[in-house]
Amino acid sequence: MNALMLARLQFAVTVGFHFIFPPVSIGLAWMLCIAEYLGWRKRDPIYVQVGRLFGKLLAITFAVGVATGIVMEFQFGTNWAVYSKFVGDIFGAPLAAEGVFAFFLESTFMGLYLFGRERVSKGVHWFSSLMVAVGATLSAFWIIVANSWQQTPAGFVVKNGRAELTSFYEAVFNPSTLPRYFHVVAAALVTGAFVMAGVAAWHVLRNPESPVGRKALKLGVAWGLAFALLEVMPFGHLHAQQVARTQPAKFAAIEGLYASADAKAPLVVFGVPFKSGGPPPQPALAAPIELPGLLSWLAFGDFTAPVKGLGEFPDDARPPIWLTFVSFHNMVLLGLFFIGLMAVASWKLYTGEIYRSPRLLKALVWSIPLPVLACQLGWVAAEVGRQPWIVYPGIQADGTPFEGLRTAVSHSPTVTAAEIGFSLALFGLVYLALGALWLFLMIRKAKLVPEPAQA
Amino acid sequence: MDLNTIWFVLVGVLIVGYAVLDGFDLGVGVLSLFARSRAERDLHAAAIGPVWDGNEVWLLTGGGALFAAFPPVYATVFSGFYLALMLLLLALIARAVSLEFRGLVASERWTRAWDWAFGLGSLLPAILLGVAVGNVLRGVPVGPGFAWQGSFLGLLNPYAILVGLVSATFFVMHGALFLRMKTEGELARRLGRIALGVYGAFLLLYVVATVATVRVSPFLFQKTSSPLFWALAAPLAVALAAVPIATRAGKRGLAFTASSATIALMILVAALSAYPVLVPSSLGLENSLTIYNASSTPRTLATMLVIALAGVPVVLGYTIWIYRIFKGPVRVGDGYSADAGAGAVRRVA
Repeated sequence: MNALMLARLQFAVTVGFHFIFPPVSIGLAWMLCIAEYLGWRKRDPIYVQVGRLFGKLLAITFAVGVATGIVMEFQFGTNWAVYSKFVGDIFGAPLAAEGVFAFFLESTFMGLYLFGRERVSKGVHWFSSLMVAVGATLSAFWIIVANSWQQTPAGFVVKNGRAELTSFYEAVFNPSTLPRYFHVVAAALVTGAFVMAGVAAWHVLRNPESPVGRKALKLGVAWGLAFALLEVMPFGHLHAQQVARTQPAKFAAIEGLYASADAKAPLVVFGVPFKSGGPPPQPALAAPIELPGLLSWLAFGDFTAPVKGLGEFPDDARPPIWLTFVSFHNMVLLGLFFIGLMAVASWKLYTGEIYRSPRLLKALVWSIPLPVLACQLGWVAAEVGRQPWIVYPGIQADGTPFEGLRTAVSHSPTVTAAEIGFSLALFGLVYLALGALWLFLMIRKAKLVPEPAQA
Repeated sequence: MDLNTIWFVLVGVLIVGYAVLDGFDLGVGVLSLFARSRAERDLHAAAIGPVWDGNEVWLLTGGGALFAAFPPVYATVFSGFYLALMLLLLALIARAVSLEFRGLVASERWTRAWDWAFGLGSLLPAILLGVAVGNVLRGVPVGPGFAWQGSFLGLLNPYAILVGLVSATFFVMHGALFLRMKTEGELARRLGRIALGVYGAFLLLYVVATVATVRVSPFLFQKTSSPLFWALAAPLAVALAAVPIATRAGKRGLAFTASSATIALMILVAALSAYPVLVPSSLGLENSLTIYNASSTPRTLATMLVIALAGVPVVLGYTIWIYRIFKGPVRVGDGYSADAGAGAVRRVA
């Protein structure tokens, strides 16, 4: 493997591993904020126990998230020097803003939240949990800003061999920032709710009368249903529409639309992408199940709207077909499953049967990792779908077209394949160990309920 | 002052913030390797428990600010220091998780293992950060067009290692002075003695390193006639002298303040000496990265300045507030020692 492929692999490993943790942190932080609020206002010690239990899980996740996040911040410079020089005028500002506006807030108040329960008033302690949640959510904003600028660059002109900022506002609120931000935050909230519901379900399975389990289950299931619905409709839908408008090649790849449709583009519900014919080989779908017209309607609100197929783009401007299609479709499948599961659970919660429904409770327990998986799949669809560009083509501020920056020319020319291979192997081993430890500790701590006397 | 200079100062402020704050975390980590009992190691961890995370954000923000204000510096130096940075990152990962993990399983071996990770994960950055500074002061092998022509082993030159020892000894002393404020009794007295001993080694190394700098990077001494240089160097001398005096006199807060002033002024003196060069080139100073040839556009610098002016005072405000909440000595049973942070726990059967 050459240095480029290794650098890409290292990036995928680093970001993929890191991205396990932020959705759990953001989601859990908000769930905790809710539980702590109820504990404070209702003077209910059970909610304080819920806070202690999930606060521990948040602390473990946050530590691993911070540790792996530093690597992300440094990696652009170490592995993608050409890219960093090209985009530094724009890309660095959101990363710095994330530090100043978000990460300081989250980290500093995390210390107060975890260590300050006995040192400050209940109100201030709740405030610290709120600031952790706000900080984590703002943090996601600035990271999504940076990444969205790669997807749909705006507010810049290419001058002196680099992208130069013309409008900070336009660069920050580029066409994909808000659709992607809401989609990602809602995904994180689903993740947090599933962790809370799943852990609570485990406690209720052990002891149907467990007060902590019952209260946490209520919170997790009710908010889980709300978040799961919001995640798909409107946020997932709006994001997909934005991709259809701004990144037609990516849209065609994730949806599996290979031949252009002048009208009534079909929605592919199932299919196996492969390449056939050629040269160059063209993308094709095996065993497709299609719903005619639905893609046109979903993308543009009109059954007769034309949609560009992937075949219309030159071979060197197409993202990989298999990974984009498979990851996107499985993400959608999971998203629908989340709604279904939480809808059933909410109904049984309403009727009160849930505490005696071991199968449903077990399903909730085993579903804990699924939102994390969905996040990973969504991220793969977003990032692989962006290929072969590291910065997507677009329009410059002066109206002239920008032909995009290719991933293939953006890595650090001075870092050798051997160096990347060495550090990749080292980080791979460390990450495996870290992931295993994280799981071990999360499971261990999830099974412990804090003493009520300490509350 | 132009925008480029303002950003030179601001990046300097972020580095100072990191060195003062996370500096004592690193020092406490190294010192924990020499703690005499489990209880003492618990105190080491508890002393920095509530604050180390926020302290480390200074490094992240510094990295982000460098990326935003001087992208070629970030890109060239970070890719040039590739393996060294990867080692640093691994050490920081080990330190971050070991503090959180050490108390989660009630087993002496588990805690001991994570305490080793915590100590070594602190020692390595304490040295490597100095090595990085040493290499930058010495000049890095960048040719025309910022093309990197160095190697990993080239970073491990005697001068850089010397600066690495300066930083390591400083951080250990700084950590000892911080921990002395957070502990009581015999441990606090011993930390005072450690701080004084390490101070001697640090001062000696700093003097040797300064003499070596005259030989390695004579261009850094062009400003010794400017009043601004002496406006920083004179207080540095005072701070350096105040550390042992205050330590001996038992003035814990003053000793730590003097130590903080020492590192801040050391960094500022070095920065002023290099100004306007950010990264001198060892292949001819004309190839150096400066605040003018390696900066972002004025628009980005101005935007970032607004962000900094809006955000940093707020950050400082709540950071100081939270330090005050956690003021005073820590005791056995405070967070990060066993399961105390979560209260007593029981397994639900």
